[in-house]
Amino acid sequence: MLSTFTRNDWLLLIGFAIIILVLPWALQPIGAAYPDLLQKIAIFGIFAIGFNILFGLTGYLSFGHAAFIGIGSYVSVWSFKLLTMNVLPAVILSVGMAAVFAFLIGYVSLRRSGIYFSILTLAFAQMSYNLAYSVLTPITNGETGLQVRAIRDSAAVSLRDGDVRLIDQAMGIQEIGVPITNFFGMKMSGYPGFYFCAVLLIICFFIAMCITKSNFGMMLKAIKSNQNRLNYTGIHTRPYLISAFVISGMYAGLAGSLLAVTDPIAGAERMQWTASGEVVLMTILGGAGTLVGPVLGAGLIKYAEQKVSSWNEGILHQAFSGLPDGLQNFFVEFFSFFVGEGWHLTLGFLFMVIVIFLPGGLMEGARRIASIFRKQRTDKADEANAVGQPAE
Amino acid sequence: MDAIFLQILNGLDKGGAYALIALGLTLVFGTLGVVNFAHGALFMMGSFCAVTLNRIFNISFERVSETEVDFLGNPLKEKIPYLQQWFGADVSNFLLEWSVPMSILLAIVVMGIVGVIMERGLIKHFYKRPHADQILVTFGLAIILQELVRHYFGANPIPQSAPDAFAGAANVGAWIGLGDNVIYPWWRLIYFVFSALVIFGVFAFLQFTTFGMVVRAGMQDRETVGLLGINIQRRFTIVFGLAAAVAGVAGAMYTPVLPPDYHMGMDFLVLSFVVVVVGGMGSLSGAVLAGFLLGILQSFASMNEVKSILPGIDQIIIYLVAVIILLTLPRGLMGRKGVMED
Amino acid sequence: MSVAENIRDDEDDRGFKSGIPDKVLHIDDVHKSFAGLHALSDVDLDVRKGETHAIIGPNGAGKSTLLNVCVGRLKPDRGAVIFDGDTLTGKSPHEINQLGVARVFQTPEVFLDLTVLENVMVPALSKRDGHFKLNPFKSFAGEKAIRQEAIDVIHSVGLHAQLNAPATSMSRGDKRRLELAMGLIQHPKLLLLDEPTAGMARHDTNATIDLLKKIKEGGMTKVIIEHDMHVVFSLADRISVLAGGRIIAQGTPDQIKNDPRVKEAYLGEEQV
Repeated sequence: MLSTFTRNDWLLLIGFAIIILVLPWALQPIGAAYPDLLQKIAIFGIFAIGFNILFGLTGYLSFGHAAFIGIGSYVSVWSFKLLTMNVLPAVILSVGMAAVFAFLIGYVSLRRSGIYFSILTLAFAQMSYNLAYSVLTPITNGETGLQVRAIRDSAAVSLRDGDVRLIDQAMGIQEIGVPITNFFGMKMSGYPGFYFCAVLLIICFFIAMCITKSNFGMMLKAIKSNQNRLNYTGIHTRPYLISAFVISGMYAGLAGSLLAVTDPIAGAERMQWTASGEVVLMTILGGAGTLVGPVLGAGLIKYAEQKVSSWNEGILHQAFSGLPDGLQNFFVEFFSFFVGEGWHLTLGFLFMVIVIFLPGGLMEGARRIASIFRKQRTDKADEANAVGQPAE
Repeated sequence: MDAIFLQILNGLDKGGAYALIALGLTLVFGTLGVVNFAHGALFMMGSFCAVTLNRIFNISFERVSETEVDFLGNPLKEKIPYLQQWFGADVSNFLLEWSVPMSILLAIVVMGIVGVIMERGLIKHFYKRPHADQILVTFGLAIILQELVRHYFGANPIPQSAPDAFAGAANVGAWIGLGDNVIYPWWRLIYFVFSALVIFGVFAFLQFTTFGMVVRAGMQDRETVGLLGINIQRRFTIVFGLAAAVAGVAGAMYTPVLPPDYHMGMDFLVLSFVVVVVGGMGSLSGAVLAGFLLGILQSFASMNEVKSILPGIDQIIIYLVAVIILLTLPRGLMGRKGVMED
Repeated sequence: MSVAENIRDDEDDRGFKSGIPDKVLHIDDVHKSFAGLHALSDVDLDVRKGETHAIIGPNGAGKSTLLNVCVGRLKPDRGAVIFDGDTLTGKSPHEINQLGVARVFQTPEVFLDLTVLENVMVPALSKRDGHFKLNPFKSFAGEKAIRQEAIDVIHSVGLHAQLNAPATSMSRGDKRRLELAMGLIQHPKLLLLDEPTAGMARHDTNATIDLLKKIKEGGMTKVIIEHDMHVVFSLADRISVLAGGRIIAQGTPDQIKNDPRVKEAYLGEEQV
């Protein structure tokens, strides 16, 4: 595989890695360089890359991918509770479990295509969500959310109030206060947590690159283009689709696991279908089917979410302070709809604007702008030629 | 026997709501070919038509009370609705009490207009776009609508009451000789009858009018009807307005059963889509049948006897049925061939 | 005595009945009706190894239906299609293709989002790797051998100028040639061609005939549905005439030319 990477591919990969790794400095001017937001950007970047492998390549629109986020989170927290605060087993188990569930859900849902597929995935996600809040409360701890506790001092203490952490206990690791997730001793909160997520994001990006450029990826693109024809060329499309679904489910499971790694609590709200809608938005905002687009979309959405929802009227008054009073009040009044609690309104508008005006997402927009410039340049070159010709 | 009958009754009103929403979804999908994820938001807005009408009737001015005083002997301020001032207390109280049934009229007008604006302003540009785009853009619209409602009405549910005449419960069991054990709230019974009437009305409209004939023909074969030189555009707009109005009245009448809040549209939308898929995409009677069927199934699943055997079944029964139906009957209960099968 | 039986007797006389050892495709008493309309009735047909077998007939005679039954798009109500010892009836399209039956579609069904080269490489990969292979790390760009082969085939159908152009920007005639290339690259044992020259200019038609003749030398068996009698008589070793869902005549081009029933069926259609 690597031998067939062109120079541009390497540039893309290395450039991507560098940009991700310097984010803590690069984002300082826009006030986004704090670990919590950076972690979220990296984690949802992984989620969106994975979602794009399904939606961007095959065109199958899943409305239930948040279920795998939830599964990843729960499995990770249980790994912290039962095995060890080391994140490695948690991540591996989460991805594995997400793969199992993705296979089951995908196997059933992919028997149908088009909108039926969307509804089936939605149905499965809603089922998981409802179950997490009702029957599965012993596993999910319902609305409170599943949390890590101190190691229980006697078997009589319920698992909900005290953890076991068999591996940690066997290795004699001492805990003081609330246990913290670690990667072989390195604490997974703050910047180390971000770098852990960032490295995984880069690996995930590399894998997605390989998939896109592989025979397998070509078949997925052919499915999106004309699934029916592919059947007549001797390809059984269902196993390809299931594989793509499982891979993207594993990405989502990893993202869910990392949410728990950076903040060891898991709640069912992560599985709600609005969360599934969010990853769709990230992907189409950046550009479905492109490599960088989904990460870009995830970063923008998470950044905007943190920023816009923290703004209030005071900040708006400051922003428009240069304007005359009447106009200032009008603008503040108008924009107060969209900030703070109104963040979802902004999200809704963003959704519509992107779908209506820029179905290819930001990457498509960038390409269009680039091609305009290129055209201008060639036009100029033509002009120059035209001027030059008579002289010849 | 009593218990079974009661559960069937219990499922009817919810089933009615599902059926009405699913009917509109199917109508829009069948004629316009558009997958409308904002349809639940229309149902929700219908509910808030009822809330709004109640508030309009309640617009009051303050005056110093002539009779009431506080504990210091100072006269209290009291709020008097303008209606009471203008027409007297009897009329005012009557209007307030009957605000929910009367809001049907408001919902028809308001939601019809909202539907027409939506179709003209947004939906018509998406006829030729892929279904994924339609889903996404209407999903965005649904978020916007529900956030606007939240902005004006707050996040908490706003209870509405049915007219006193329909308060309390009907002794349904006695009517059909099942004893006194089967009693059922009047309003929910009314809701069922109401939804049945609306469904009947829509079907009659489609069956017996020229307009309806064209719409049905359009559902069979959109392109041919377009080729016949019939102004299909204008009819699309009216169909969309009709679907919006149906969702609106369904929501308005449902308020005494379920206090409306801003996200009820999304909750109902997911279920209604499942209903549509179970009924068979593009089949109106399938949507209605599946609506009632799933409503009743859900009420059976929430019986304690059932829950003790299959815990949590009430939470997932609808989705489970959808999955099973889709896997065994790929076109749903009454779906036609060739709908959404690329 | 029905017409069908009549024909079968004729076939017996000519020795075309099933049981001939070198037949590749055997269509056995296939029936297909749509909502009471008999699209195919009592269709028996044998295609011999290496021959080019043309199926002709007036519009609505059931030619496309017959082809669809062969590739698994339609399921016959009765009867069976046997290819090289395998029953195709009931198999899904990808299984039939993997057995070595490729189809060239009448309305071009290419992958519009892919380039011409990719369009041809996909069926080639399918031929080599089977109906499913999970190889997310096998580079598509690294498929040097298949790539070269695809380029050669694209060259042979005359599309080399558009090698890396997206298929969506091609003309209809070019898409048809791409269709042909997608069929040829699989080196199928049996190639089913659904009006490969319809809508082509005379010049292109002749080029396609030459190309198909060239493949014939390679020994590929072909079934070709065609309206254009010029094409049919340039290519076909044997011809079956389908009318009203029944085979009314079968034989060499000369036999068909002189068959009164064929003339009758085509009266008002193309004159032979």
